[in-house]
Amino acid sequence: MATVTFDKATRIYPGGDKPAVDALDLHIEDGEFLVLVGPSGCGKSTSLRMLAGLEDVNGGRILIGDRDVTTVPPKDRDIAMVFQNYALYPHMTVADNMGFALKIAGTPKEEIKRRVQEAAKILDLEQYLTRKPKALSGGQRQRVAMGRAIVRQPQVFLMDEPLSNLDAKLRVQTRTQIASLQRRLGVTTVYVTHDQVEAMTMGDRVAVLKDGLLQQVDTPRRMYDHPNNVFVAGFIGSPAMNLLTLDVTDGGVKLGDTVHPVERAALSATGDKLTLGVRPEDLELSERGLPVQVEVVEELGADAYIYGSLAQPGKESHQVIARVDGRRPPEKGSTVHFTPKVGHVHLFDQHSGQRIES
Amino acid sequence: MSAPTTTSLQITAARPYPELLDLPWDVPLEEWPDKHLAALPRGISRHVVRFVKLGSRVLAVKETNAEIAHREYRMLRLLNRLEVPSVSPVAVITGRVDRDGEPLNSVLVTRHLQYSLPYRALYSQTLRPDTAKRAVDALAVLLVRLHLTGFYWGDVSLSNTLFRRDAGAFAAYLVDAETGELYDVLSTGQREYDLDVARTNIAGELMDVVASGALEVDMDDVLSISDRIISRYRALWSELTEPESFERGERWRVEARIRRLNELGFDVGELAITTDIDGTTVRIEPKVVDAGHHSRRLLRLTGLDAEENQARRLLNDLDSYMAAADRQNEDEEIVAHDWMAEVFEPVQRAVPREMRGKLEGPELFHEVLEHRWYLSERAGRDVGLDEAVHSYVDSVLPSKPDERAVLGVDTQAIRVIAER
Repeated sequence: MATVTFDKATRIYPGGDKPAVDALDLHIEDGEFLVLVGPSGCGKSTSLRMLAGLEDVNGGRILIGDRDVTTVPPKDRDIAMVFQNYALYPHMTVADNMGFALKIAGTPKEEIKRRVQEAAKILDLEQYLTRKPKALSGGQRQRVAMGRAIVRQPQVFLMDEPLSNLDAKLRVQTRTQIASLQRRLGVTTVYVTHDQVEAMTMGDRVAVLKDGLLQQVDTPRRMYDHPNNVFVAGFIGSPAMNLLTLDVTDGGVKLGDTVHPVERAALSATGDKLTLGVRPEDLELSERGLPVQVEVVEELGADAYIYGSLAQPGKESHQVIARVDGRRPPEKGSTVHFTPKVGHVHLFDQHSGQRIES
Repeated sequence: MSAPTTTSLQITAARPYPELLDLPWDVPLEEWPDKHLAALPRGISRHVVRFVKLGSRVLAVKETNAEIAHREYRMLRLLNRLEVPSVSPVAVITGRVDRDGEPLNSVLVTRHLQYSLPYRALYSQTLRPDTAKRAVDALAVLLVRLHLTGFYWGDVSLSNTLFRRDAGAFAAYLVDAETGELYDVLSTGQREYDLDVARTNIAGELMDVVASGALEVDMDDVLSISDRIISRYRALWSELTEPESFERGERWRVEARIRRLNELGFDVGELAITTDIDGTTVRIEPKVVDAGHHSRRLLRLTGLDAEENQARRLLNDLDSYMAAADRQNEDEEIVAHDWMAEVFEPVQRAVPREMRGKLEGPELFHEVLEHRWYLSERAGRDVGLDEAVHSYVDSVLPSKPDERAVLGVDTQAIRVIAER
């Protein structure tokens, strides 16, 4: 087991002018489950492939433990790509299906047997070892495939969108399985996904990338409560955070007919506008505040989501999403007012997008 | 803002296939009635796959999610355009709902490759080690071609490949492009990873055939066959791409290199030649090589579409025809036309209609030439083509299986992401 370090690691594709991954600095602890997440083209898969040895590193270094693997061939890195389309062999027993790669590598028989036994125990497959894969359920087969990676006892597991070809129901189920298995094995794992819900539910820490640049790396909780910039604020969370461009006024920002107080020191560095972020669940119905014209009411039982637009004549139109009590939602077409809950407002510089601490 | 939307059936296809609309898209693929099916696969695969008869065509229909279906469709189209041997995509169908309005998976439709064989169909009871070797050799050629094009496969295996007979050898075609990616140039790491995956998968697939009792070899033999993918790949890759230096006086080596590449079935599209400052050493490096040297020449001369080795065989026969008729100085196209009319076509016509689905034309011709050689040796005299073809049709061809449409999802390994 080992740590993983990206040390200013950079990937520039031949003929490309902008790096696909730009001086990535990221340290992953021994045994940690780290998720790389971001929109398509952000560099998350490229980063993983640099670690796997599939992409050349044009600048910086990559270390597994203390070992610089920047130029080491993939098969000598002691990593395992986990279930990239594993197939099970119908005529071989479950034990042979799990251990065959060790056999190819010339591992002694006793050693193979021991490792397969160990993996089977963790995967709850012990009583099936002598059976053929056909006799197993879909979930058990999937565990056999995981067993194949586990018996290799790699230093690091790499997973690139492993759930992308599953349907929604199976995806949620498998997500939980992978996360709990990783915790039991304690093997350092780097996991790539475009789905922020997957990232937030699985990772010990989450690294958000955009345009080849690391935006933030934090625990899911911290990422949700304290996004470092507008991009992370809008990317993490579903439904997304409301991001409103508002006028700065003396002592705060204008929220409709109220003023949301902001410390003078925080305001001094910004211009005459800033971006205020507030999550849908942090907006409260109120007599005054942001006027919102309700366009759609999505009733979910206990809660309801209001989709509306900011009713400010002469101003840029903003979409607003708010979570309200499902038993007494406002009516479609009506205009209501919202104020943010105290302490749940995020402020960002309108130009740089960086968080303003207040 | 998300509000419920109504979906309607969407067909994305390069060419219109109006018959596609006649298929029961509101029924899960697993429950399609027999009347639409060309064959029913017996095994379990990661996705539900069915072979469907549509007019004179056989199509493979695979259920998967919309994103993957569109991605693989685009990838296969690109590979087809780049003339990489792969199955041809026909359509992607999304927005399926069943009769109760519940959404169904999207599908990818590809055309079944005629006369192709899954690797487990390369043997009936026992797999001869030699056959396995030839399959691996064909896969090595395919992998080199894919890598030259910039295609990283990610899941190289015998199961993801189809094989067509090619004059005693095999020609390999890519079937499953789901994990693949196309780059301008592949990194060494990507190529090495594909090779490592290929070696492991081939060994696993052979171990499975051994476990089934259809291959009687030990573990060392399995490894020696699976290691071939690496040795064959490396030999071909270096011949096709590596620079070569020699003394200025040895300029014949430029010609020799091009000939070697032609022999391997590749045309040289671009060759970089550089000399050092004092001009004593010459360095050559192939920059662009295109597979299909012999098949292109055969196509140009005769209009016949054949695999590389078949083409070589047919061209050799054309050469002997020219020599025997003393027509070497004549226009090649004209002689080729006569060879078609006097030699190739009569052999094809000698095959009774009911046996024509057994082998492709060029492969049949190759077999008849082999048979003639065998007859001549036994008789101790030159047996004519006419006699050979009749003997072949009477004694050999009837026992051959029909290979026009061997549909083989049942021969795949069991995919793990299978059922709920």
